[in-house]
Amino acid sequence: MEKKITLPLTEEIAKTLKAGDRVLLTGIIYTSRDAGHKRMCEALARGEELPIDPMNATIYYVGPTPAKPGTVIGSAGPTTSGRMDAYAPTMMSVGARGMIGKGARLPEVVDAMKKYSGVYFGAIGGAGALLAKCIKSAKLIAYEDLGAEALRELYVEDMPLVVIIDSEGNNLYELGREEYLNSKK
Amino acid sequence: MREISTDIIRDTIEKLCIEANCHLPGDVKCAIESCRKCEDGLIAQGVLDDIIENYKIADNENVPICQDTGMACVFLEIGQDVHIVGENLADAVNEGVRRGYDKGYLRKSVVKDPIRRGNTGDNTPAMLYTEIVPGENIKITVGPKGFGSENMSAIRMFKPSAGLQGIKDFIIETVETAGPNPCPPMVVGVGIGGTFDKAALLAKKALMRPIDSENPDPYYADLEKEMLEKINELGIGPQGFGGKTTAIGLNIETLPTLIAGMPCAININCHVTRHQSEVI
Repeated sequence: MEKKITLPLTEEIAKTLKAGDRVLLTGIIYTSRDAGHKRMCEALARGEELPIDPMNATIYYVGPTPAKPGTVIGSAGPTTSGRMDAYAPTMMSVGARGMIGKGARLPEVVDAMKKYSGVYFGAIGGAGALLAKCIKSAKLIAYEDLGAEALRELYVEDMPLVVIIDSEGNNLYELGREEYLNSKK
Repeated sequence: MREISTDIIRDTIEKLCIEANCHLPGDVKCAIESCRKCEDGLIAQGVLDDIIENYKIADNENVPICQDTGMACVFLEIGQDVHIVGENLADAVNEGVRRGYDKGYLRKSVVKDPIRRGNTGDNTPAMLYTEIVPGENIKITVGPKGFGSENMSAIRMFKPSAGLQGIKDFIIETVETAGPNPCPPMVVGVGIGGTFDKAALLAKKALMRPIDSENPDPYYADLEKEMLEKINELGIGPQGFGGKTTAIGLNIETLPTLIAGMPCAININCHVTRHQSEVI
């Protein structure tokens, strides 16, 4: 049974989500990956405002393919989150709470998630055509010169996700594997 | 002697770039579907169902299976009785990639310098490999390679005393370290022997071989089966959420090597293991 979640991701909602929960996410999310995160964190270091309001924001680590005529966006599955580990604690420190990606995170990121009630959602890596179906609008916000890596605002409806790491630091990558291996004993 | 124009090479590469990115090969689909039948966990089943639905959407709508449409790895097996006429061969290959990635609405993901970065804007240059073979045809293979999985690949120069067990441990260690990062279920390409560079190329070529095929040498065919089974006992499962299906295929390619060494390269691919070929 999936949990239906409507954004923004407040601390209250974040705390109800547990590792392994299947979630259908609706609302506004922002796209950013390697180069975009670098720019945002550099802007914060200079004391500048971000192009987005980070408070309770959810960031999708994605670089979509170009939209075909008549479509909102191209294929849009998650990229490997670990490359954003260097920036994620900074983003959480200014209020960003949700992260959508795939793959393992460093302990520093999990510590920041516990401190700021962050949630790390997994979208299915390699399912870009399917995930594009739940993206209903896409708007360029900043960093257009980065092409696929530009900062975009997306409106998603019932985006199918799984909670990988919750705000208490529970991790589906560890729990799911352990559960499977125990079931085979 | 047969003349083949670089225009034909260019146009074929353009077409193969689009086909490879939008249509998953039959052997990969078959493997995913048969693994789906063996999974008992709800999350694992759900992931595989979504992966199957995803490649069906890509097939029906001619859209990229994955947004990481990769670096265009192009393999040309050129018959020795072929005379290539027209422009510079590498330019023709890159023009094919440029046109394919533009017309197919594929992502332009190549940067012009590994340290200083900067997107080239057209997904060129291709990673081009040429080989001279008997005959008067050219076999063109395009295998777009995403980096979620490429980044989890590894190479090691073993001492011969490490033996078979050293290779087995290295395969398991590499897959275990990759964990959820390369979008499992993965395909594992193993290259053993040759030199440092040849081992890596063998591993890449192993990923171009259909996963329902086996190494013609029964010793390595058995090793392929054994290692696939061992990997699927790790419990990493689809997307790393736990389950039986950690890998859907493992291919091994080998070459003779020197008395002093035993190079082994492991190239990891995701479930979107793409390659399309055409003979011209």
